[in-house]
Amino acid sequence: MFRFIIRRLLQMVLTFIGATLIIHLLMFANQTDPVQALFGDRPVTPAARAWLTERYHLDDPWIVQYGYYMKGLLSGDFGRSLTGREITDMLALSWPVTAKLALMSIVLVIIFGISGGLIAGLRRNGVFDNVVLFLTLVVISIPIIVLAPLAQGFLGIKWKIFPVTAGAHPTFYSLLLPAIVLASLSLAANLRLTRTSVAENLRADYVRTAKAKGLSRSRVVGIHVLRNSLIPVVTSIGVDLGGLMGGAIVTEGVFNIPGVGYQLFRGIHNEDAPVVVGFTSVLVMIFLLTSLIVDLLYAVLDPRIRYE
Amino acid sequence: MSDVKIESSTSSTAPATPAKPEKARSLFDDAMRELVHRPLFWISLVLVVLVLTMAAFPGLFTSVSPRACSLANQHLPPSKDAWFGYDFQGCDVYSRTIYGARASVMVGFLGVAVTTVLAFAFGMVSGYFGGWADAILSRIIDIVLGIPFVLAAVVFASRFNSGSGTDTGMTAVVLAIGLLGWTTAARVVRASVISAKNQDYVAAARMIGASHLRIMWRHILPNALAPVVVILTISLGAFISAEATLTFLGVGLRGTAVSWGLDIDSAQRHFRESIWPLVFPASFLALTVLGFIMLGDVIRDAFDPKLR
Repeated sequence: MFRFIIRRLLQMVLTFIGATLIIHLLMFANQTDPVQALFGDRPVTPAARAWLTERYHLDDPWIVQYGYYMKGLLSGDFGRSLTGREITDMLALSWPVTAKLALMSIVLVIIFGISGGLIAGLRRNGVFDNVVLFLTLVVISIPIIVLAPLAQGFLGIKWKIFPVTAGAHPTFYSLLLPAIVLASLSLAANLRLTRTSVAENLRADYVRTAKAKGLSRSRVVGIHVLRNSLIPVVTSIGVDLGGLMGGAIVTEGVFNIPGVGYQLFRGIHNEDAPVVVGFTSVLVMIFLLTSLIVDLLYAVLDPRIRYE
Repeated sequence: MSDVKIESSTSSTAPATPAKPEKARSLFDDAMRELVHRPLFWISLVLVVLVLTMAAFPGLFTSVSPRACSLANQHLPPSKDAWFGYDFQGCDVYSRTIYGARASVMVGFLGVAVTTVLAFAFGMVSGYFGGWADAILSRIIDIVLGIPFVLAAVVFASRFNSGSGTDTGMTAVVLAIGLLGWTTAARVVRASVISAKNQDYVAAARMIGASHLRIMWRHILPNALAPVVVILTISLGAFISAEATLTFLGVGLRGTAVSWGLDIDSAQRHFRESIWPLVFPASFLALTVLGFIMLGDVIRDAFDPKLR
């Protein structure tokens, strides 16, 4: 177990460096004059330019700049945005909002995806199963850029069931519709996965044994079938968490939620390289940590898996 | 479309030569026989063919130019002259929706072309040679998967966009999607190559002195083809959705391009005045993505002997 974690951590470091390197290269290589961008339309004095170039190592090749960036990152310093704000402060303001949104979505996925998939899988080829199969296929094919404006337009603007936008300090209720929109894709995918997995496990030998021993149906389904069926679903939900953070760019933009996706998107638009690189680094780190946790959860769910 | 041909040719020749001895049916024949009886297959096929026709010959569907706009018609509801009504700029929504198919389909196919090349190059090399090549290529896949897809695509597309006025942004979008979307297909190629390379006929080919390239091209590649084609069909749907997302976010197609993503974005802002300019391009986009994903799904089921 210990050796496995060490090996995975080393792999994670490698992936993290690779991913941030790509984003760093894209944002900092061939960028337009960053000193001028900082000053906007005002003229830059030679002294100020020299100081800024020195301060931000602008004369060094980008790989050296990347080294400085990593050094800062390790001491918890993300640098400043082009507008002069500490990126750590921006992160501290926007992360709780996105974390809340992502958490609400994941809870929706777990509650409705797994229970729906269980019911459909237990009654395969029934009416519920067929309806659910069709509906989830439709939801999977609706891009979030279609779903978000339509949901906002009809449920928010036209029928006034939900607040139209979330605003600066979003409440639980104003985040509910964005969370449903954000969760929909992952919910549908995981529902289908649970269904297939349950239907497969129902035919397994150990389930027949459990039934033959005279165990109650709830115990057979709840302990024997469900626990085994959840193994692929846990992986998939873990991977989806990263997708949710990405999908948050659209959802937060449409519903005007001041979260990570919103800040990141503004950063990309304004060519604010430090903001983009900083936010991406954190997102990648969270993504990698989740997949590590998912791997470790395997051992809890499936006693056959032992990390030697 | 070739499926239709096969189906009709077998049905027309079968009664003519009844004395012909029963030939052993291949997996392909079995799959075709099953596909013909699936309504979902026909529905998705019709959707896909319809969208491809719209993309190739938009003039068949409408004689109104998508750029013939008149502010006098702003937000007029659907009528006899304009089935889908007019948008904010006074353009015919029906015409824009028909012409919008071309951008989506083009990005989808070009993206898949980039993906195919990358997936086969990476998958074949890493599966066939194994060892160091495999380790390095697997780490590269880890890195690409380490950044959430939408986020990475937004950064890539925004940096690849040249920003000149005449550029519609097509190259940037295709590159962003293609460079990020190949990982799943590469893994599928790698897995099929590994399972094929230990077969006796590959050993035989090696023994008579066939070169690596010949073995890969003639003996291993055909085995990897079927599962990859399914993945690529599904990716086509996903890429079309990704194009619309990037365009919606303002880093994809722009300027004079006619695209569903652009129309959804502008219609979303004017939802309070008129809902039609949002509803129609949005449903066409969703139906197109549905068509490709459903087609891939049905073909995969038909080719999977375990599900029979």
